Amino acid sequence: MTRLPRWADLVLVPLISLLLAGLFSTLVILSIGQSPVEALKTMVDGAIGSAYGWGYTLYYTTSFLFTGLAVTVAFHASLFNIGGEGQAQLGGLGVALVCLALPWPHWTLALPAAMIGGALFGAAWAAIPAYLQAKRGSHIVITTIMFNYIAAALLAYLLVDVLKPVGQSDPASARFPQGTELPTLHEIPGLSLIFTKQVPANVTLFIALAACWLIWVLLWRTRLGYEIRAFGKSEPAALYVGINPVRITMIAMLISGALAGLMAINNVMGESGRLLQNSAEGAGFIGIAVALMGRNHPMGVFLAAILFGFLYQGGAELGLFTSIPIELRTVVQGLVILFTGALDHMVRMMLGVFFAPRRGVR
Amino acid sequence: MDFATFVQILDSTMRLATPLLLACLAGLFSERSGIFDIGLEGKMLMAAMCTGAAAALSGSVWVGLLAGIGGAMVLAAIHGVASITFRGNQLISGVALNFVASGITVLAAQSMFHQGGRTPPLSGGARFNPIDLPFAEAASGIPIIGPIYAEVLSGHGALVYVALLAVPLTWWVLYRTRFGLRLRAVGENPASVDTAGISVVRLRYTAVAITGVLCGIAGAYMAAGLQAGFGKEMTAGRGYIALAALIFAKWRPWYALMATLLFGFFQALALRPDVIKASVGFDVPVPALDALPYILTVIVLAGFVGRAIPPRAGGEPYVKER
Repeated sequence: MTRLPRWADLVLVPLISLLLAGLFSTLVILSIGQSPVEALKTMVDGAIGSAYGWGYTLYYTTSFLFTGLAVTVAFHASLFNIGGEGQAQLGGLGVALVCLALPWPHWTLALPAAMIGGALFGAAWAAIPAYLQAKRGSHIVITTIMFNYIAAALLAYLLVDVLKPVGQSDPASARFPQGTELPTLHEIPGLSLIFTKQVPANVTLFIALAACWLIWVLLWRTRLGYEIRAFGKSEPAALYVGINPVRITMIAMLISGALAGLMAINNVMGESGRLLQNSAEGAGFIGIAVALMGRNHPMGVFLAAILFGFLYQGGAELGLFTSIPIELRTVVQGLVILFTGALDHMVRMMLGVFFAPRRGVR
Repeated sequence: MDFATFVQILDSTMRLATPLLLACLAGLFSERSGIFDIGLEGKMLMAAMCTGAAAALSGSVWVGLLAGIGGAMVLAAIHGVASITFRGNQLISGVALNFVASGITVLAAQSMFHQGGRTPPLSGGARFNPIDLPFAEAASGIPIIGPIYAEVLSGHGALVYVALLAVPLTWWVLYRTRFGLRLRAVGENPASVDTAGISVVRLRYTAVAITGVLCGIAGAYMAAGLQAGFGKEMTAGRGYIALAALIFAKWRPWYALMATLLFGFFQALALRPDVIKASVGFDVPVPALDALPYILTVIVLAGFVGRAIPPRAGGEPYVKER
């Protein structure tokens, strides 16, 4: 197979993969007898056509930034963390427990505490699979899948039997105190001129952007990041230079779980104001698509998170205003993962034809 | 728990274990050949939708079964192309296909029937109707063995017996045929199989195709046996429970039967919280029972109950020349 130039590998491959996913999505829309043009128009109008739409798109983007970064960090250590969904749900539990513990006077006090709660619970949920992988060689993909289901069962139990206040019928925690409400983009001075209506996107967005930068620093500017990447590239080589595989596996997964858990300040604290069942709503899985699409780089994750934010908000609009079911976004998500993550060699082979050495050296 | 209730629970154990068993054996073929497949869930779901739709349109459950197998085979083929031909990441391919299946089944059912993403309820010849085993009526009078034969073993849809027969058949194919020997070899050491002049690619495609067929039967049973028609996400994680059972069984057919019966028993118990309370004396939360298969699998994976060692070449694409 021809080696592609670096720029082609970084830009062209994801772009072509995305186009292929788009092409197949179009075929799906056509085959159920709907108009792809109208679908795209509805999505663009609803997701990025107005500040109000952006308010939703950015809200989803925030969640996907956290889960995308979570998958990215684990990927660099060559660990495939499918457990982001469970870790995000446990993060929600952590955030809810912090928010309900005290009558918080102001969100500036509640937010750091909730962040610690969410990150700790998320990290703890990733710690067990990480330990089993590092010490006992249990495949992390399988254990994290199992932990997603265990998390769902645990939360179903806690919400119905423990956290549900007396006299409430739906399985959810009590409402968080007023002092934990995070300002939305509509309530931030200056931004309120753009976002004139109430939107779900909130200050968590800036924390997610900061996390993006921090993870970049961590991975490419610190010794620990170097160790994580070296371990991910080649375990024997890492061992040879004295990198402790158990330590790196644990740390990478703890960071990954903490990032997934942090997502909860966006949806649980920032949006719903109480802990609901299935709070992560699949964002943990979308993190996989975001990380693959973003080529495991924080900048790529940022772009991919916006794309998926658009897809998510746009997909919701489709469900509301056209007869295309909302599930279309799950299909597109699957196709993006398929083409960027599993069929990437196919795309490279296709492109290789154009980049083959002219004079037949190889 | 009295004997009659116990028989009832065993009866539903049989029914609930069937899709798990079929999917588990499906995974067994694929993983024994060195192709990890976490897309069992998606294939079952796809098959369930195809069966639900085809059985509703044709009125025949057998047409439905064929459509279900076809639907699962399409996904199996994509998984094969991605992971064998293009040497892609098998885990990612499985995850991707699960999402595609989850969405596309609803889209297809909605565009065909306009019933909120479901297929119309099936009845009569469009479902797998219970088959009474010979002498079931006569034997039911015999104490203990009688009711077990008449209630637990007899009176299920055809696919329950297909699933049960698939266990010895899988064992035979795997351990007593040339194909089975090669299949196991290709999952452990594909290079040696290649050296012997046998096509690794063809063996793996065959295994993936068998996975498709078995997942198709599992999905067909979901839509036309266990329930009457397809509904959104109706497999509800069964593909993953089957995966758990496969690890629990350490990739062996007879143990797969036992593991899926055990997990089916948990599912049957979860449907009867009253019985649990009566027999253990306190309320066991239903989610605890739901989580039990996963918790047990993690314990097995951790190596506390023997070691679960997957086929050695599992998950790695085979590259012929370097």
